[in-house]
Amino acid sequence: MTRLREAVNVVLATLREIFDESAYRRFLERKQMGSSREAYAEFLQEHELLRARRPRCC
Amino acid sequence: MPKPLRIVMWMGIALLGALAVATIALRRGEQINAMWLVVAAFCSFALGYRFYSKFISAKVLALDVQRATPAERLENGRDFVPTNKWVVFGHHFAAIAGPGPLVGPVLAAQFGYLPGTLWVLAGAVFGGCVQDFVILLFSIRRDGKSMTEMAREEIGRVGGFVAYVAVISIIIILLGATALIVVNALKSSPWGAFTIAMTIPIALIMGLYLRRLRPGKVLETSVLGFALVMLAIWGGQWASQTPSVAGVFTLTAPTLAILIIVYGFAASALPVWLLLAPRDYLSTFVKLGTIALLALGIVALRPTLHMPALTRFVDGTGPVFAGSIFPFTFITIACGAISGFHSLIASGTTPKLIRRESEARMVGYGAMLAEATVAIMATIAACVLQPGTYFAINSPAGVVGQAPEVAAATITGWGFPVTAPEMHSLAQAVGEQTLYNRTGGAPAFAVGMAHIFSNSLGGQAVMALWYHFAIMFEALFILTILDAGTRVGRFMVQDALGHVWKPMGRTSWYPSILATSALVCGAWGFFLWQGVKDPVGGINSLWPLFGISNQLLATVALCVATTIIIKMGKVRYVPVTLLPLGWLVSVTFTAAWQKIFNSNPRIGFLAHARNLASSTSTHEASRLILNDRLDAIVTGFLLVMVVLILLESVVECARVLSGRKQAGVKETPFVASRFATEEQG
Repeated sequence: MTRLREAVNVVLATLREIFDESAYRRFLERKQMGSSREAYAEFLQEHELLRARRPRCC
Repeated sequence: MPKPLRIVMWMGIALLGALAVATIALRRGEQINAMWLVVAAFCSFALGYRFYSKFISAKVLALDVQRATPAERLENGRDFVPTNKWVVFGHHFAAIAGPGPLVGPVLAAQFGYLPGTLWVLAGAVFGGCVQDFVILLFSIRRDGKSMTEMAREEIGRVGGFVAYVAVISIIIILLGATALIVVNALKSSPWGAFTIAMTIPIALIMGLYLRRLRPGKVLETSVLGFALVMLAIWGGQWASQTPSVAGVFTLTAPTLAILIIVYGFAASALPVWLLLAPRDYLSTFVKLGTIALLALGIVALRPTLHMPALTRFVDGTGPVFAGSIFPFTFITIACGAISGFHSLIASGTTPKLIRRESEARMVGYGAMLAEATVAIMATIAACVLQPGTYFAINSPAGVVGQAPEVAAATITGWGFPVTAPEMHSLAQAVGEQTLYNRTGGAPAFAVGMAHIFSNSLGGQAVMALWYHFAIMFEALFILTILDAGTRVGRFMVQDALGHVWKPMGRTSWYPSILATSALVCGAWGFFLWQGVKDPVGGINSLWPLFGISNQLLATVALCVATTIIIKMGKVRYVPVTLLPLGWLVSVTFTAAWQKIFNSNPRIGFLAHARNLASSTSTHEASRLILNDRLDAIVTGFLLVMVVLILLESVVECARVLSGRKQAGVKETPFVASRFATEEQG
C-alpha cells in the first residue's frame, strides 16, 4: 500500500513538473507570495522566455 | 535477489528475446502476432539498459555520485532545480516524444514490418540511447551547456557554426514536413478540420482560464481542455453531417496550407501564455494518455500483423517513398531509433534538473528506450492493416491513379488485394469521404489505432470516433511543434541578427518579432507549399529531407561526443560513439547523394528536374523544377556543413592523439555533492 502511494505521488509530482505547477510553486516560495492573478502573471512573464526557448522534439 | 537467480533471469530474458527476434526475422509466408514485436522490444531494451548502459556509465563516462550536478551547485528555483529522477524521466520523455516515432515507422512499413523493427531495436540500443545519454552527461558536466556551445568549445569555431546551422535547418525542414502531414490528414475532411480548428479557441479559453480564474492550476485546466476537445471530436461528427457547416470545413490542401502558415505566424507572435503554453499542456496531456492507452490496447488485443515481413518494395520502387532499404529505412525512422533533435533536449532543460550524475543513465538512456517502444507500437498500428488498405491510404494519386477503381486495381496488381468498395466502406466506418491518397503516415496510423481501440473498447460502432481522436491527437502534436518550433527558430534568428544590428536581437521588440516570425514561417511555409503542390504527394521528397537533416544533426552530436571521449583519454572506448557515428555518416551521405544525383526521377531531385524539363514546359513544371533544384541545394549544403564538422573533429582528435595538443576537456571543476554525503550519512 505504501509503495502504491509512493508511486502515485511520483506520478503526480511528474505531472506537476511537466505542467509547470511545480515551477509556479517554487516561484511563489522564492518570491514569498501567495497564489493570485498578479502572482501568476508575474510568474508567466518570468517563465515565458524560458518556455519559449524550449524546443519540442519531433 | 540472489546472484545465481539473477543470472538465470537475465539468461531467460536473453533467450526469450532471441526467440522473438528470430521469429520476426525468419517467419515467411505466414502472419505473426504483434506480441512477438513487443517481446523482442522488451527483452532487447531490458538487456541494453541493464548491460550496455551500465558499461557506458561505469567505463566510458565514469559517472560519479560524489560529483555535484549543476542542478545542485547552481540551484536557483527557476531553471536549475534538483529533481526526483522519475520526475525528470517523465519530463524528458514528454519533451522528446513527438509525432516522429509515430509517423516514421508507419512510412517505413512499406518495406514490411521487419526492416523498421530491427532498425528500431538496434538503432535505439546502440545509437539513439547512447547519443542522448552521453550528450546529457557531457552537458551536466558543463553547467547545462547547449550542444552548439559544446561543439564550439570542444571541436572549434566551425563546429559551433555548423551545429547552429544544422539546428536551424532541421527546425525549418521539420516544420514544413510535419505541417504537410496535418494538411494531408485534414484535406477534404470536415470532421477532422472542425475538430482541429476548435482546438485553437479551446487553447485560448485555457490560457484565459489559467490567467484569470484559476492561476497556476495547469492540470485542472488541461483536464478541462481535454473534455472540451472530446466535445469538439463529437461536434465534428455533427459538422461533417450538416451540409452548411461541412461546406465551410471541407478544405483543399492549398487552403489548409495557407491557414496553417498564418496560424504559425500568429502563434509565434502572440504571448506564450495565450496560445502556445495552453496548447502545449493540452498536447502533452493527450499525448501521455494516448500512448499509455495504445500500449494497453495492443497488449489487450494482441493483434495479428497482416503486413508481410518484407514487401516487394525493398528494391526501392515503393509508392510511399522511393528508395531501397539502405539507406532509406534509416533516415525514414529517425526519432524511434536515433534522432539528432534529442541532443537539443538532452543539452537543454534536462541537464539542469538532474540531481545526481548516476541518474543521467535512467533519464538519458531510459527515456529513449521508452520512445523506441512508441515506435514499435506505431509499427504494429500500421502493420495490423491489410497491406492493400495500407498502400491505398499512403500512396499518392500520382503513383496509383486518381480514380478509386484505378488505384485499387494498381495496388491489387502489386500483389496486395484491395477493392474500391472495401475502401469506401472503411472510409464510411471512420467518418470520411475517402481514404485514398492520404499520404504522410498520420491517417494510416489513425486507422490502425482506431482498429486496435475499437476492437478493445466500444466495437465497430465507435471506430469513427477513435479515428478522429487519433487524427486530433497527431494534429495537436504537430501544431504544438509548429508553435514551439517557429518560436525557437525565431529566437535563434533574432540572436544571430542581433550580432548584425542590435535592436533585431531584442526578443521583445515587436518589429523584430514580426520580421523574424515572418522569416521563419516563410521558410517552412515554402517547404509546405512545395509539398502541397507536388503531384506525387510531397512526402516522397520532404520526409527524406527531414530524415537526412535530423540524422545529420545526430552526426554532429556524435562528433561532439566522440571528440570529448578522446579528449577524456578514453580512446579504447571510443567505438561506443564512433560506430554509430560511422553508421550515420554512411547512411546520411548515401541518402543525400542519392537524393541529389540518383538517375531515377522518383529518387533524385536533379533527375526529376531533368525529367520535367524534357517532358513539359508549363509554368507549373518550371516551379517544380525550381523546387527540385532548391531541394538538391539544401541537401548538398547540409552535407557540406557536416563534412566541415567531421574534418574539424578529425583534426582536433588527431592533434590530441598525436600529442601535439594536450588532452583536456572543458568540464566544470569537481565539487562534492551534498546529496551523496546525505545518502552516506
